[in-house]
Amino acid sequence: MGRVVVEVMPKPEILDPQGKAVAAALPRLGFHGFTGVRQGKRFELEVDGPVTPEVLERVREAATTLLSNPVIEDVVSVEEAE
Amino acid sequence: MTARIGVVTFPGSLDDRDAARAVRLAGAEAVALWHADADLHGVDAVILPGGFSYGDYLRAGAISRFAPVMEKVVDAARGGLPVLGICNGFQILCEAHLLPGAMIKNDHRTFICREQVLSVENTATAWTREFAPGERITVPLKNQDGQFVADDRTLDELEATGRVVFRYQDWNPNGSRRDIAGITNAAGNVVGLMPHPEHAVEPGFGPDSPDGPRRGTDGLRFFTSVVSALVA
Repeated sequence: MGRVVVEVMPKPEILDPQGKAVAAALPRLGFHGFTGVRQGKRFELEVDGPVTPEVLERVREAATTLLSNPVIEDVVSVEEAE
Repeated sequence: MTARIGVVTFPGSLDDRDAARAVRLAGAEAVALWHADADLHGVDAVILPGGFSYGDYLRAGAISRFAPVMEKVVDAARGGLPVLGICNGFQILCEAHLLPGAMIKNDHRTFICREQVLSVENTATAWTREFAPGERITVPLKNQDGQFVADDRTLDELEATGRVVFRYQDWNPNGSRRDIAGITNAAGNVVGLMPHPEHAVEPGFGPDSPDGPRRGTDGLRFFTSVVSALVA
């Protein structure tokens, strides 16, 4: 069984309210020195059999059509899981 | 002939009943459409109501876009069927690429519920033809992911072609680009907005108005607009 990991992040120019909320909460727990937080998404897609180049290509297509919205997000990586 | 206006219920829709009631108050027949329906039951227009369809999983509206009924809605909208997306319905229209842009969380990061003043900037759409150009209206606004975003080229195009239909007045409640509250497609049959006109259709249950507390009915004209557009 193979596994492909897709990571999606909000576009840099788009305000990330969730990251901002996390950034504001860190110092309240004593975690100082972090100047910014951005929060993204990680997807793990499982397939029967090995992760072939064709599988990766299909995952890339899914990543840009369903897993992310290109108006507000970037797919930053599509990789076979170790 | 009585206009038949479909209201789609997705798992997690909240305002489908209110939208159906608004349709009836506007003198039309409300037809309940289910997300799994394979056809539109011959309706003359469709409303995608507010709520949290599919729990806003993945992104607001992202899963609903693939509901069987949406395939038919997208086809019919491209053919000119009037479609109104309210709040979550607006998010679905953007995810379905019937309208440009996307919605992200409010810039102040909190849910908001208030009576919101809007200006009506395009009165040529199927859903706004009974408003006066530039008219200020008051309807409820309630959302978490209400910040409309698009790149500058898209925003410039929307402005240049008169496709900004509603703009927030007095205060921008969610950080939406250029105070945009609602937009339309090039043909003017598809309109999406974050605020809720269906909650301002009946005296006693609407926002406060000069006529008295909770007597605002500015939202009713969205629905009478489409009824008159259908018989025109």
